[in-house]
Amino acid sequence: MAGTLPPEAPLGTDEFLKGLWRENPVFVQVLGMCPALAVSNSARNALAMGLATLFVLLMSNLVISSLRRFVPREVRIATYILVIATFVTVVDYVIQAISLDLHKALGAFISLIVVNCLILGRAEAFASKHPLGQSALDALGMGVGFTAALFSLGAVREILGNGTLFGLSLFHEGFQPWVVMILPSGGFFTLAGWLLVFNVARERRTRVAATGTAEAAS
Amino acid sequence: MNEAPLWSVFINACLINNFVLAYFLGICPFLGVSSKLATASRMGVAVTFVMVVSSICAYGIHRALIALDAPYLQLISFIAVIASTVQVVEMFIKKVSPALFRSLGIFLPLITTNCAILGVALFQTNKGYGFAQCLVYALGAGAGFSLALMLMAGLREKLELSRVPEVTKGTALSLILAGILSLGFMGFAGLGG
Amino acid sequence: MTGAPVLEAAPPPVWPMYRALVGVGLLCGLLIVSVFELTRPVIERNRAEALRRAIFEVLPGSESVATFRALGDAGFEPLAGEPGGARLVHAGFDSDGHLVGVALEASGMGYQDVIRLLYGYSFEREAVIGIRVLESRETPGLGDKIETDPDFLANFESLDVSLDAEGARILHPIEAVKRGAKEHPWQIDGITGATISSAAIADMLRRSTATWISRIHRNRADFQRGA
Repeated sequence: MAGTLPPEAPLGTDEFLKGLWRENPVFVQVLGMCPALAVSNSARNALAMGLATLFVLLMSNLVISSLRRFVPREVRIATYILVIATFVTVVDYVIQAISLDLHKALGAFISLIVVNCLILGRAEAFASKHPLGQSALDALGMGVGFTAALFSLGAVREILGNGTLFGLSLFHEGFQPWVVMILPSGGFFTLAGWLLVFNVARERRTRVAATGTAEAAS
Repeated sequence: MNEAPLWSVFINACLINNFVLAYFLGICPFLGVSSKLATASRMGVAVTFVMVVSSICAYGIHRALIALDAPYLQLISFIAVIASTVQVVEMFIKKVSPALFRSLGIFLPLITTNCAILGVALFQTNKGYGFAQCLVYALGAGAGFSLALMLMAGLREKLELSRVPEVTKGTALSLILAGILSLGFMGFAGLGG
Repeated sequence: MTGAPVLEAAPPPVWPMYRALVGVGLLCGLLIVSVFELTRPVIERNRAEALRRAIFEVLPGSESVATFRALGDAGFEPLAGEPGGARLVHAGFDSDGHLVGVALEASGMGYQDVIRLLYGYSFEREAVIGIRVLESRETPGLGDKIETDPDFLANFESLDVSLDAEGARILHPIEAVKRGAKEHPWQIDGITGATISSAAIADMLRRSTATWISRIHRNRADFQRGA
């Protein structure tokens, strides 16, 4: 009965790992897809968007965590939004400086990172209550999970819809791409597809865990 | 200066480049609110109203920032304006129709993070629309958003009564529906020119 | 009977709220302005470079560029400072300083969204000698062939836009025809499966040339000066 719980994983890695699978922002929490889906039609764009979001998430978590004792409860949402909007503006100019081409492909969607529910959600739920180190790990985990999810969307859409990955042709000449994948509908279908994969995987896990405990109890 | 005619701007925002089905903006409430037709339509009206007001303010802010040569403040000012507009709309609805306020519940403050509203402000600025075009664009975007929301709600209400595989229940199913709707809306392309 | 008296919660202190908002606001403002100033020269350089490359593409043979702005209803003057909403025309010169032609932008509604392109005009040949799509959101695999299809792009190697005797109107407005049906140098062979996108290109070129070519041709001397 008591004392059979497995030892807790060290706090550090768990904060990071939970964002990758157990609480993956896109596939489990279904958060923060909005601004990013429209530009997930190619692996490069999806990766860039994911990294930009990761940067904003990390920086805002850091700042909000450092300021958490300084900001009164009543104005906290306003300050969070101010901080997030600042870093989004920074990312916007940095991307413009790095590659005008990429900036044109992503367009206004970079600015839309500011309304990504994920960032505000992490700030409110975690960074405002935890010290710097943990908030950073949380942001990294969520950000990497988000980027991985977005990248899986972009990669599938680009491979099936264009026959390329990062612009490199994968199939021979005769391959007929599924153009629908590059269209918005393809985005919806691909996201639904990945969600289904996740749901099936999770269901299988809970079933195995349930049979495990049933056996242990009997 | 963008010379697109007003009717073309409206059709573009409402049908051809529908904010939900083509740009994926505003899907959070889309997936959350859209299970009942009645709430969906009210949400649509509220969002349209906030869009129009924010669009007008965004136009003004954009002109002011150009005059002040401070384009980097654009995002922050847009967000601040949208948040304030939502607050004002919330208070207004509470005063005028408490029943509507209660039925919208949590979703009213959620409009603040509705990507579609910021999207309207940002897109119209990028396209260089004039004042009348901005107004029409916001109306079209709101109409398109409400349309998509109501279509989804109607479909989901019907789906409640059908047999679907367990794993797809919930978000996955709504997304597949949205994908099919989006395909349907592609038929509107070519209307603009 | 009576419960404990309800205590009114004291209103939250105002000073910490102001301090937080203003403090954070100032920090954010500082950060934004510094990043803006740091990246501005890089962005300007990139933009100018991208424009030059596009101009060299639509005016083959050119090696240097001078930009002009349209003056009201009359001629053109070299651009100094911000364009301020005036139409810009770029003149391209070859290595000997001869005027290759001018390049200007045209835009119009395509199938899915607005298409923006740059096109080059040659005075000697009285024709469009190149186009380069700057922005387009056409259907991938179909409409976006306007950017890649070599046969379609070949249309623009010498697209006739000659003026009438008085130099006031274009003799033969540009038009798009079905693939393979092109008979005259002012026609554009469309792309099968992307008729609307191809027609859109023809439309915007027709409108732009009708508005600008005669004026540009008349004021040729304005551009020579930039060499």
